[in-house]
Amino acid sequence: MTVLYDSVLAVVAAAGLLTLLRLVRGPGALDRIMALDVLATMIIAGTAVGMAARGDPTPLPVLVVLALLAFIGSVTAAHLVEKREGMR
Amino acid sequence: MNALNTARDAVTAVLLPAGAAFCLLGALGLLRFPDTGSRLHAAAKAQTLGLLLVLVGTAVQMPLRHAPVLLLVALFQLLTAPVTSQIIGRAAYRAQALDHRLLLRDELAERLEREGTPAYGQEREADEEDEGR
Repeated sequence: MTVLYDSVLAVVAAAGLLTLLRLVRGPGALDRIMALDVLATMIIAGTAVGMAARGDPTPLPVLVVLALLAFIGSVTAAHLVEKREGMR
Repeated sequence: MNALNTARDAVTAVLLPAGAAFCLLGALGLLRFPDTGSRLHAAAKAQTLGLLLVLVGTAVQMPLRHAPVLLLVALFQLLTAPVTSQIIGRAAYRAQALDHRLLLRDELAERLEREGTPAYGQEREADEEDEGR
């Protein structure tokens, strides 16, 4: 089971790295917002896997807070971008 | 009890790698797809499914009383992913981040045309450049 958890974590981490690459590349603000949203999802998934691996429910509230923050953050940022575009 | 643990481990062993695979595929799509609109597909759908699988795989390993919280996270993801995608998609349309040649049908443009408002992005279609490709 340990090998399974480790390999699953490795795959999620690889996915996070690919997402980071998109975050760096852009090209627009919206792509970066999207990448950040996906990155938050990856962190939630990784934390959940770590929880299962150790059988330790301590990070459970972190998952909830991250899910909330990711939503509020990306919606607000996307809204601001949209407003800025509307001004032109 | 032992048989139960084996069953739990089996469920987790199937669901966690499947979820991780979806996460990886979503990230790959996010990196490889040509424009904001198509990246949105990879970001929204693959991510949600991947996270759901991982959360269920985790919930099986946890004591039963922690399952509702994980369910809450899953439900929240299901509710918020479409909202975020819709807002980013609309903003992308206005910001002309969509590649209009990739759209099979542009219903918003059709409607704007009917209502006499010029469609966004039509005149800027040609000079749109994507360095990320």
